Amino acid sequence: MTFGITGFGAYIPRLRIERAAIAAANAWMVPGLKAQAKGVRAFCGWDEDAVTMAVEAARDCLAGRRRDQINAAWLASTTLPYSDLSNSSLVAGALGLARTISALDLAGSERAGTSALALALESRTENVLLIASERPRAKPASSQELAFGAGAAALTLGTSDVIAKFLGKARKSAPFVDHVRAADAPYPQYWEERWIREAGYGALVPPVVDAALSSASLAMGDITHLVMPSPLKGASATLAKSLGFTGSVAGGLEDGCGYTGAAHGLLMLADVLGRAKPGEKILLVGFAQGVEAIIFEATGEIETRSAGRGVSGAMSQGQTTDSYMRFLSFYGEVQPEWGMRSEKSERASLSAHYRVAEQLAGFFAGACEACGTVQFPRLAYCVNPSCGAPSSQFSDHPLTEEEAQVLTVTTDWLSFTPAPPLHVGFVQFKSGARLLMEMVDVGAASPQPGMPLRLVFRIKERDKVRGFNRYFWKAAPATITREH
Amino acid sequence: MASGIKDKVAILGMGCARFGERWDVGSEQLLAEAFDEALADAGIAKNQIDAAWYGASLDSVNVGNSAIPASTALRLDGIPVSRMENMCATGTETLRGAAYAVASGAVDIALAIGVEKLKDTGFGGLPIPYKGTLNDLWLPLVSAPAGFAQLASGYRAKHRIAPAELKRAMAHVSWKSHQNGALSEKAHLRKAISMDTILNAPMIAEPLGLFDCCGVSDGAAAAIVTTPEIARSLGKRDLVTIKAIQLSISSGQESTMSDWDGSYVRNTRIAAKKAYTEAGITDPRTQLSLMEVHDCFSITELVTMEDLFVSPEGGAIGDVLDGFFDRSGGVPCQIDGGLKCFGHPVAASGLRMAYEGYQQLLGRAGARQLPSPSLALTHNLGGVPYLGVAAISILGLAP
Repeated sequence: MTFGITGFGAYIPRLRIERAAIAAANAWMVPGLKAQAKGVRAFCGWDEDAVTMAVEAARDCLAGRRRDQINAAWLASTTLPYSDLSNSSLVAGALGLARTISALDLAGSERAGTSALALALESRTENVLLIASERPRAKPASSQELAFGAGAAALTLGTSDVIAKFLGKARKSAPFVDHVRAADAPYPQYWEERWIREAGYGALVPPVVDAALSSASLAMGDITHLVMPSPLKGASATLAKSLGFTGSVAGGLEDGCGYTGAAHGLLMLADVLGRAKPGEKILLVGFAQGVEAIIFEATGEIETRSAGRGVSGAMSQGQTTDSYMRFLSFYGEVQPEWGMRSEKSERASLSAHYRVAEQLAGFFAGACEACGTVQFPRLAYCVNPSCGAPSSQFSDHPLTEEEAQVLTVTTDWLSFTPAPPLHVGFVQFKSGARLLMEMVDVGAASPQPGMPLRLVFRIKERDKVRGFNRYFWKAAPATITREH
Repeated sequence: MASGIKDKVAILGMGCARFGERWDVGSEQLLAEAFDEALADAGIAKNQIDAAWYGASLDSVNVGNSAIPASTALRLDGIPVSRMENMCATGTETLRGAAYAVASGAVDIALAIGVEKLKDTGFGGLPIPYKGTLNDLWLPLVSAPAGFAQLASGYRAKHRIAPAELKRAMAHVSWKSHQNGALSEKAHLRKAISMDTILNAPMIAEPLGLFDCCGVSDGAAAAIVTTPEIARSLGKRDLVTIKAIQLSISSGQESTMSDWDGSYVRNTRIAAKKAYTEAGITDPRTQLSLMEVHDCFSITELVTMEDLFVSPEGGAIGDVLDGFFDRSGGVPCQIDGGLKCFGHPVAASGLRMAYEGYQQLLGRAGARQLPSPSLALTHNLGGVPYLGVAAISILGLAP
């Protein structure tokens, strides 16, 4: 039976910074960065991490599809926010997936995404949701600061409605250390580029590609798309030449996103799936301590798959800033003076959190079966004064995908937020539910009453005492305004 | 049907500390300032007080919990002293507790006193609130101006008012209070401000600029209450009695259900209706002599004029710009400067409002004195417009 990719989704943070702004700020010490200063790269808001981006990519992948059939949620990343707390479980909770699924974190190298994909293909795990997400940090004024981006991609795999069937694969490990980041280190350390290109990509990739082709009984000329992620500019084009590949070399999403480490292979793959035609064959290469090569063929189903945001949608939804300090602040590279208002304790009560964890993560309002009122938060009695039924009569009503709009709003310059000003107001849902929410990614124009909104999963507060961040949903304009 | 509190309780004496940035004193001295004046005004000795209700709202920067800080500050020995906290309605709540105790016959003389020491935080604005472990997990922690700015957003949308038009009416609200505050000896801010200064001030929470926000002040105020009979037996001739005290508190409807449109404060409307019934007021626009309302922000005062049924719905902008609430207008509002200029030491504010009403009714308001007032309304709004506490008291001359 055909096994393969049954759906894909992508997320790239709306925040983008002009590389020229980064290069200009560092020109006093590294004038050479100017050579890399083209286009924009994506960066996370202070309230985004590998978990929140994974949720957004998965929502894009699962849009309009049933979530109760997902059997597993695998999350690949080298920048997971928690070392000992299941990151994939947080993602599964926000997606409202069944509690019986296999939630697994896959980490340890930038091949984590493609290796996880290979594992799913080998094990033929039915209805697995595979997400790769990365929020890499780079030292200020480094080449990586310009090359890196942020983003996430999600795939579902299975046997029904396959849009890209699995044809073959190969792998070979090698103790090749092109870069390293120790467990507690914030930044990667790279070896010389020329050595990585020649002794790494040039020497290690071709034999594995050949093995993958022969496992699928294909020749290089049968491949339409070559997907090879690399932080090094032009690396995949050079590799294509040495492979004798004459098809389409997938772009590295440099202008708009930037390199996203363990997520980049799947993100580029999702980009190709967004435009692949039936019959086209795709070769995906993952590189880190060896090579993984996987081949897919697009099926007729790919044309019937309704397009979500995808990579092209995510790439086009940028809000560009030229504020390098803002970028540095969001990544913790500088600690500005936020004033005494920022000094409150952000320590969360874990026991209090557990009581409402599912309600909060999946944003489950209570629908009162006695009177129909949809309400959040769920307290002991129905809020409707003419009802007052006990909460035992509430059923789960998820709000994450519901139509919503601004009722009232203000722009608050007084409250502490790491991204001032705070946009906050009442969000009115179609079901009648309403609550006060933070509004993010608002762009140049302030939200106005009646503006359509969509919900996004974000960090509500970073716990500087114990490291347990509180996640919750925020509202963002459903359609974006470009300039920021 | 309850008979209500009308004319069952008389004010024997009141006191109010000088409000402002009182770097010179702590809360215990502020309490003493208000208490000494109230005792002298009442003409009684401290040991004649049978019970006390003490309010302090933001204890994290204030005095700590329980009533002990007040009983020790004032050396109230061996009598019941209760601590009250209900946000900005705290002061009115202390008056309600003391008045109910007197009206019930449980005590003869009771003290209501509120204090807030806000200028020990080290920064401007109110201290950072804490909303409990559940709310902390989901509710955005907004500043007070951001909470009240929602009213401006809702009001503009409902009445289709251009932002500039509403901003101008809001500015007049603050301009008027600065005019009045200049005549108030104990007020925090005693300087008249031009409309241009107000309109062009830095934005705090759109559309509330700096001068749309009230002062954050230290202060204390106190009332000593008893029955009209005891007051007369103590030699008082002109008596101010309590005509009504009513509260309404959110049950979550506005912030959870879809009915509220963001343009008004439901609790004020409910409390006002009850208070007018209790006091026997049928037409507040013509019957009220003066109002001290919760002008924490200019938009709050503007909307409150409608919520108190003094202006028709959508008509407050016209009334404000016509000067109906100025000192020479139909119902002067914030004749002492209001929260805006007299200042807003949270738990003292309700009692400060009553203090001004009391002085006006007794003809003791000096340069601010209005011609022969007969009914004074006070109004507090704790929390935020959509999740809060409204407290209204009405004072008047005894029959």
